Amino acid sequence: MDTKTLIDYTLHLADNALIIGHRNSEWCGHGPILEQDIAITNIALDMIGQARNFYQYAAQLSGEGATEDSLAYLRDAIDFKNNLLTELPNGDWAQTVLRQFFFSTYQYFLYQQLQNGADKQLAAIAEKSLKEVTYHLRWSSEWVIRLGDGTEESKRRMLDAIDEIWSYTGELFIPVNFELLTIGDGISIDLSMIKISWDKKVKAVFEEAILPIPADTIWMQSGGKEGKHTEQLGFILAEMQFLQRAYPNSNW
Amino acid sequence: MSTEIKNEWPLWEIFIRSKQGLDHKHVGSLHATDAQMAIENARDVYTRRMEGVSIWVVESKFIHASNPSDAASLYDPANDKAYRHPTFYDLPDEVKNM
Repeated sequence: MDTKTLIDYTLHLADNALIIGHRNSEWCGHGPILEQDIAITNIALDMIGQARNFYQYAAQLSGEGATEDSLAYLRDAIDFKNNLLTELPNGDWAQTVLRQFFFSTYQYFLYQQLQNGADKQLAAIAEKSLKEVTYHLRWSSEWVIRLGDGTEESKRRMLDAIDEIWSYTGELFIPVNFELLTIGDGISIDLSMIKISWDKKVKAVFEEAILPIPADTIWMQSGGKEGKHTEQLGFILAEMQFLQRAYPNSNW
Repeated sequence: MSTEIKNEWPLWEIFIRSKQGLDHKHVGSLHATDAQMAIENARDVYTRRMEGVSIWVVESKFIHASNPSDAASLYDPANDKAYRHPTFYDLPDEVKNM
């Protein structure tokens, strides 16, 4: 395994955290109620904090003057390695909490393994982040159950959200090069094992929420980890990177 | 307007214990649909800066308060009964906090 592969894997972890963090931050000031506005913004901050840790490590590995900021603000969509799930639009509250639930479940089981991984720095970041993710999983599970087993309207919205998002969950478990090449050294994690835990957790929460699990035969989207994104990522980067692009090296 | 009030989530009073051994203190109130959500909302609203190690929530409607206009009859009579304060005892030096 070469350093480039480790950098790519680290960037993948960073990009996932940054992009879903940015999406959640779009709720700031627009939450359905003050308390939930604060809750979703807290989660956004947690994710951006995780992204910073991973970017700092990736910058240290790459040298060449890279910084956490240059990695976040000066790469283009094709260089981003986040899962498509993280860049999906917020939609309504049901769609946002369901996206968070799918992603937090994935992150929870991934970080549980990663904290014992062979790369000490990635392991340390995973261990530190796991406490936050445990809460995100609890919070988002509660909301899926509340809306799924709630009113007629909340159930309809949750069913619509499942239709909208489900086909983006498969990619979480399809390994790409930077995972296949690092798994032998114990750095990245066997995604097929994560999938077993993920399926079990999602099934348990959906059962409690009285929501149906979609059929296995549904075609799954993929490509995000290799830089093939939905059109959404371009819009996210346009907003997120505008300031650094227009006023290079500006500080605040 | 009336439908807005009808749809509003119930109000909860939040009590936080800042560290082991201290009492829970009232810190404020928030809206939530049930106790579980009230605890989670309290965690997000009131413990973001390491303020607490334990949270109590009580739905505001279950708190009964004394009437401020009764203050004179409730509290003033204690005013001239200095003998109720333990100020007439000589405390041994070993007793630091009394």
